[in-house]
Amino acid sequence: MAGAAWLVVAFPLLGALILLVGGKRTNAWGHLLGCATIAASFVYGLILFFSTTGQEEAARTSEVSLFSWIPVDQLQVDFGLRIDPLSITFLLLITGVGFLIHVYSIGYMAHEPGENDRRRFFGYFNLFVAAMLILVLGNGFVTLYLGWEGVGLASYLLIGWYTDRPSAATAAKKAFLMNRVGDVGLAIAIFIMFKVVGSTQYTAVFDGVANGAFSSGELVALTLLLLLGACGKSGQFPLQAWLPDAMEGPTPVSALIHAATMVTAGVYLIARSNPIYTASPDGRLVVVIIGAVTLVIGCVIGCAYDDIKKVLAYSTVSQIGYMILAVGLGPFGYALGIMHLLTHGFFKAGLFLGAGSVMHAMNDEVDMRKYGGLARIMPVTFVTFGLGYLALIGVPPFSGFFSKDAIIEAALGQDETWRAWVFGGAALLGAALTAFYMTRLVLMTFFGEKRWKDIKSSDGREFHPHESPSVMTIPMIVLAVGSVGAGAFFAIGDTFTEWLAPTVGVLEESHHHVIPHAVVPWLTVGLSLLGVLLAWLFVGRKRVPLSKPEPVPFPVRAARADLYGNHFNELLIARPGTWLTRALVYIDNKWVDGLVNGTAALLGGSSGRLRRAQTGFVRSYALSMLGGSILLIAALLAVRFA
Amino acid sequence: MTPTYYLLLSALLFSIGAVGVLVRRNAIVVFMCIELMLNAVNLTLVTFSRINGKLDGQVMAFFVMVVAAAEVVVGLAIIMSIFRTRRSASVDDSNLLKY
Repeated sequence: MAGAAWLVVAFPLLGALILLVGGKRTNAWGHLLGCATIAASFVYGLILFFSTTGQEEAARTSEVSLFSWIPVDQLQVDFGLRIDPLSITFLLLITGVGFLIHVYSIGYMAHEPGENDRRRFFGYFNLFVAAMLILVLGNGFVTLYLGWEGVGLASYLLIGWYTDRPSAATAAKKAFLMNRVGDVGLAIAIFIMFKVVGSTQYTAVFDGVANGAFSSGELVALTLLLLLGACGKSGQFPLQAWLPDAMEGPTPVSALIHAATMVTAGVYLIARSNPIYTASPDGRLVVVIIGAVTLVIGCVIGCAYDDIKKVLAYSTVSQIGYMILAVGLGPFGYALGIMHLLTHGFFKAGLFLGAGSVMHAMNDEVDMRKYGGLARIMPVTFVTFGLGYLALIGVPPFSGFFSKDAIIEAALGQDETWRAWVFGGAALLGAALTAFYMTRLVLMTFFGEKRWKDIKSSDGREFHPHESPSVMTIPMIVLAVGSVGAGAFFAIGDTFTEWLAPTVGVLEESHHHVIPHAVVPWLTVGLSLLGVLLAWLFVGRKRVPLSKPEPVPFPVRAARADLYGNHFNELLIARPGTWLTRALVYIDNKWVDGLVNGTAALLGGSSGRLRRAQTGFVRSYALSMLGGSILLIAALLAVRFA
Repeated sequence: MTPTYYLLLSALLFSIGAVGVLVRRNAIVVFMCIELMLNAVNLTLVTFSRINGKLDGQVMAFFVMVVAAAEVVVGLAIIMSIFRTRRSASVDDSNLLKY
């Protein structure tokens, strides 16, 4: 079955080609084609999945070499696909959730201005999915890099979708540039692999790691560089600033980028490179630190925003932080990180689609202070969103509980006691904060008084909230079912971790517990409920003012300003960069050009002065000739008789 | 009669010619001074030919004379034409070819 696996990538790629090249004549059925290609890939993914499940562990991994891609002397890069449990997992997530988001977009993008727009949108969407599939299915780091860049391009096109908004253009550019910073890390990591083992295929590189071809210094460098790439793509500290800005795109784009595809690429990269990370505990420690820092700052900032999509975006930042933390734990966590990625894919996609449905009803208003009391008016959205919410804050038996609790347990089970306390503590704190901001979001959106009754939206229309059409609600319902059941389905009986074992190794159980094993789930749930309670105390029982309360204490101000992440980047990178370019321009203008111009001026000026010697008087010429001759003769004589 | 006197005489003649070229303004006089210098050189050539007992110097003197004759022809023609257009034979007046 794996032999024809290239079809999985070919379907959406062909769809994108037809939709983008075909132009207007595909307008009528473009969105249907866009959905159909993804559905076809999903079906083929299912076939692959079922054909591998029954097999022996070793037989679940197969490689298909398609063609010789870059044959240059020693650099031989084959374009091939690797079908193993990890890539099939991603394949199903991307095409499955991606398909639902495609269907949802039919409804969401129906009212886009411009008759071509929906068709073009689906073209970009298919391109996005195709790039993501290349990323996860490739059998080498260069193939991964192709998908990596393709995802970057498609995200640029989609984030900047509203071309008439300068903020969207800026956000797209920001996403592209910050991704580029991470890409440099990934590229250099690939260079190192090629230099050491002479190949960039996964098998060759991982064999090299196993044989000790890499020195420990090179391994640490590899882990850090790959982590830099992962940070860029997955919006991890210190490259997290682009991700919330990416909310400028249409809501289905946010759902696709944040749930199923792009931001999960970083986690995939680390999980895929697990032999490298397993071999380098120091590199893993950095991964864990980055994950813990990101998950906390994502939560803290999420508490302060009133923009429903930004809150969800920071929620994504922090949940990806959990995943990075998990994969940083090495053999204790690779499978857990991927499991959380899957459950997160379901409930976060559902939450984003729900938020899109709310925005759809509220004239594209994103300020939650203008919402309120929508539960009755939008029952389907409310219920599906509520299920996603319960899954995200980790209430048992919803999916988030299983995956997040497993990560927290693993973080608390590290061998060094200080690590267990610090990172486990960060994960627990994150759980409480997640419950707080998500409860705040739900309370402000669906409960309380109808604050939109007496005001108009920013474009001057009155609010007439209504439930979304069924083409939008059905995907939400399906995702809600996934949010409810996926966790139990994966976690009970360790089905999922055993399924992944051929790729990421058998999940190790820690026997070192700073908090007793049985207490951790209660603690997690208890902290989440505490967060819910706090949110109710702060938001639920009071009136929500229509404008932000001012003045606020410093922590809130800092959180509203993204914990000064942008200021930090501005101060540390943008400003010095500007100064550097200015200094270079100065040097170029004054020194380099000065040298050239100065030589010309010197020659011009001195010849201008020398010209004065040409007086036109023959007799003065004669005198200088005589003088010259006398000097010459005197010199000759002096040499002769000296 | 030692050849030294001839050499002294030719040095004297050359100096007179050189000073004449430098100080006189009339083109004809400058021209005659140049001839004087050429002939001083001729005298030197002949003297050294005599001293060394070889004919090279004598032959060279003939060459100088030929060149001097040709130069006189061209030079006088130029002076004539300048005089015709400017009504002056002063070398300081014709100083247009300058910076």
